[in-house]
Amino acid sequence: MRRLEADTLHAEWTKTRTVASTGWLLLAVIALTVAVGAAAAAGTGCPPGVACQLDPAKVSLIGIDLGQAVVAIVAVLAISNEYSTGMIRITLSAMPRRTLVLAAKAAVITGLVLAAGTIAVLAAVLAGRLILTGHGFTPAHGYELLSLGHGPVLRAAAGSILYLALIALLSLGVATAVRDSAVAIGIVLGLLYLFPIVANVVGNAHWHRHLEQIGPMTAGLAIQATTNLTSLPISPWAGLGVLAAWSAAALLAGGLVLRLRDA
Amino acid sequence: MTAGTVTPYRPDQQTGRDGFAQLLLAEWTKLRTVRGWVIGLLVAVLVMLGLGLFGAAGSSSSCQSVSGGPARSGQGCSNAPPVGPGGEAVTDSFYLVRQPLAGNGSITVRVTSLTGVIPSGNGPTLGKRPGLVPWAKAGIIIKASTQPGSAYAAMMVTADHGVRMQENFTGDTAGPPGAVTASDPRWLRLTRSGNTITGYDSADGTHWTQVGTVALAGLPPTVQAGLFAASPAYQDISQGLGGGESGTIAPSQDTAVFDHVSLSGASPASTWTGYYVGAADGPGTGGYHQAGGRFTVTGSGDIAPVVPGQAGGQDLTATTFLVGTFAGLIAVIVVATMFITAEYRRGLIRTTLAASPRRGRVLAAKAVVIGSVAFTAGLVAAAAALMLGTQLARGRVYVFPVPGLTELRMVVGTAALIAVTAVLALAVGTMLRRSAAAVTVVIVVIVLPYLLGVVSVLPAGPADWVLRLTPAAAFAVQQAIPQYPQVTALYSPGGSGGGYFPLAPWAGFAVLCGWAAVAVALALVLLRRRDV
Repeated sequence: MRRLEADTLHAEWTKTRTVASTGWLLLAVIALTVAVGAAAAAGTGCPPGVACQLDPAKVSLIGIDLGQAVVAIVAVLAISNEYSTGMIRITLSAMPRRTLVLAAKAAVITGLVLAAGTIAVLAAVLAGRLILTGHGFTPAHGYELLSLGHGPVLRAAAGSILYLALIALLSLGVATAVRDSAVAIGIVLGLLYLFPIVANVVGNAHWHRHLEQIGPMTAGLAIQATTNLTSLPISPWAGLGVLAAWSAAALLAGGLVLRLRDA
Repeated sequence: MTAGTVTPYRPDQQTGRDGFAQLLLAEWTKLRTVRGWVIGLLVAVLVMLGLGLFGAAGSSSSCQSVSGGPARSGQGCSNAPPVGPGGEAVTDSFYLVRQPLAGNGSITVRVTSLTGVIPSGNGPTLGKRPGLVPWAKAGIIIKASTQPGSAYAAMMVTADHGVRMQENFTGDTAGPPGAVTASDPRWLRLTRSGNTITGYDSADGTHWTQVGTVALAGLPPTVQAGLFAASPAYQDISQGLGGGESGTIAPSQDTAVFDHVSLSGASPASTWTGYYVGAADGPGTGGYHQAGGRFTVTGSGDIAPVVPGQAGGQDLTATTFLVGTFAGLIAVIVVATMFITAEYRRGLIRTTLAASPRRGRVLAAKAVVIGSVAFTAGLVAAAAALMLGTQLARGRVYVFPVPGLTELRMVVGTAALIAVTAVLALAVGTMLRRSAAAVTVVIVVIVLPYLLGVVSVLPAGPADWVLRLTPAAAFAVQQAIPQYPQVTALYSPGGSGGGYFPLAPWAGFAVLCGWAAVAVALALVLLRRRDV
């Protein structure tokens, strides 16, 4: 890595690390992801004699639905805080290569989210395993224990971590384009939550499926499925690819706007 | 942003109602002069409308069967279910052994047995086995005509729910519990006096107890009185995680044995005739056999409201047209949060509080302004979405009819939901003073619970609690079709026949109001205590 890149990265790392909210928000990502997953697992019961279509990995990792919102805050604030305080002008004066600044921000945020996401996902899987086993989802009842040694579960766990990182990049891109934090977070959460809600009421099976295939959250979370894979709207890795495309498009738009616009 | 009207400080000026009115004007000026916020509110209205129409247009054009009846097909689902006196869609399909009854009179019978046949096994090859569905019913009925959907009142024995008096599809009054057997028969009586029908029950035919009395508006002078048997479709549906449903729905049949049949009053005909009411809408199996004073009546179908989700059909409810509420809500939350957080960011809050040192009143004025604006936007968008959506869907899909008052509740409720959410966002924004965190908190407490409870993978138990406790409970105001205890269906918030909430409409709305009140109180305390 050349000197300039290293310095830019170091500058962004210092800015991110020295804001108190970053640490608290990343802790919140971990706590919420684990707590919601554990609560969902604790509330899951299978009455005797009924064949439940339960996906233990998906239930344990449902906290990602909430955790991603906090990840979005972290990523949005990384750029919109600079706009709201006017810091962006100093940043861009010191480092005139704007694309590089955005890339450095993306790298720092991705690294932090990957770290927090790994802890959150591992803890959620562990909690899910302990709680679901206590609720009768045992090998004796036809359920495999939730274990990272099991291929699909490993894929669901690793994919969920990547999912969080991609959500961070999507949020960073949107926030760079619109600058204001409230508007950015509104757009990001709208993109994530509206697709599944609208798809749910659309009666036409084709439209329903297409909406789920193009929605960043519905497609991206296909990575969490470990059972009943044939009924998925999109295959797990292709789904994560759709989310990656959204993130890339957002970053591209953000980067273009950043280059062309006055700070 | 400009602080439009700032009240000059005059020591001799009374700060009474005038003061608050000026505060309102100041806040209104702040709101309307920020172009981004006005655009945000317009976007809220447009996305609400647009997504609602998308929901209406994206509905499949299959007119599927209701209650195991034949599939409705073709333009506009010409085979749509009949509509009852209350304006709701109904199943009115049963076997009737009747005589006309002119003027006042009464009908009395003794029921000695209720047996039936239900499907056995799973999958495409269903066998038959003896048994009854819980709401298999047989008894006596006084009905305006044999036309499906006409007014009626009936006394009946049921398989699992004892003696009932039911009228006009939605009315249901419980009589004595217990199943009917040869050793424990049931006597039933219906008496007509003008428009009033009274139902009685007896164990021995001499001591009668009144079960209920109902007034049927517009009952013609000559009505149909007789014995009936009906048996709703057998349903064994389980909801899988993720909203999928699987199970069996198939017609069932019941047979009741009546004796001591007596009809008092003027009857133009003196013989009983069998008739399958609503044969086109039901499985159409039934018949009767008379031997001496003993009638054996076999029937299928039901006399009850039709509800979405009963038979896994894709029929729409008007709630679909309001799906844009979520998008509109997010836009309104962003604007309402910025209405206060922008003041903190720009430092305008110091000017505002210097001009009007009574901080509670500032927050109140802001809440009134953003609440009214959000209510108006929501009202316009919800009314337009409901009206245009219904127009768009008509003729392509079957849309469950809802009474006008229910439509009004859905529109006004949606507007109120958006208004109270805006106040909640304002309060959370005041507490946190940071836009991103405040917007996220509000969206996460109102939209995400709905997503988890209705759409996502949460199992039914936790989903119900999420929709009871979180602000998302307020979406119950959008429920179009009520749950009927006398109709067996999969009443769930999600799934194809979804839209059923665990709380009653206004009770769910009250949950949101409670959260908003707590948030406003906390915001008030913090605003008063903190330096700006």
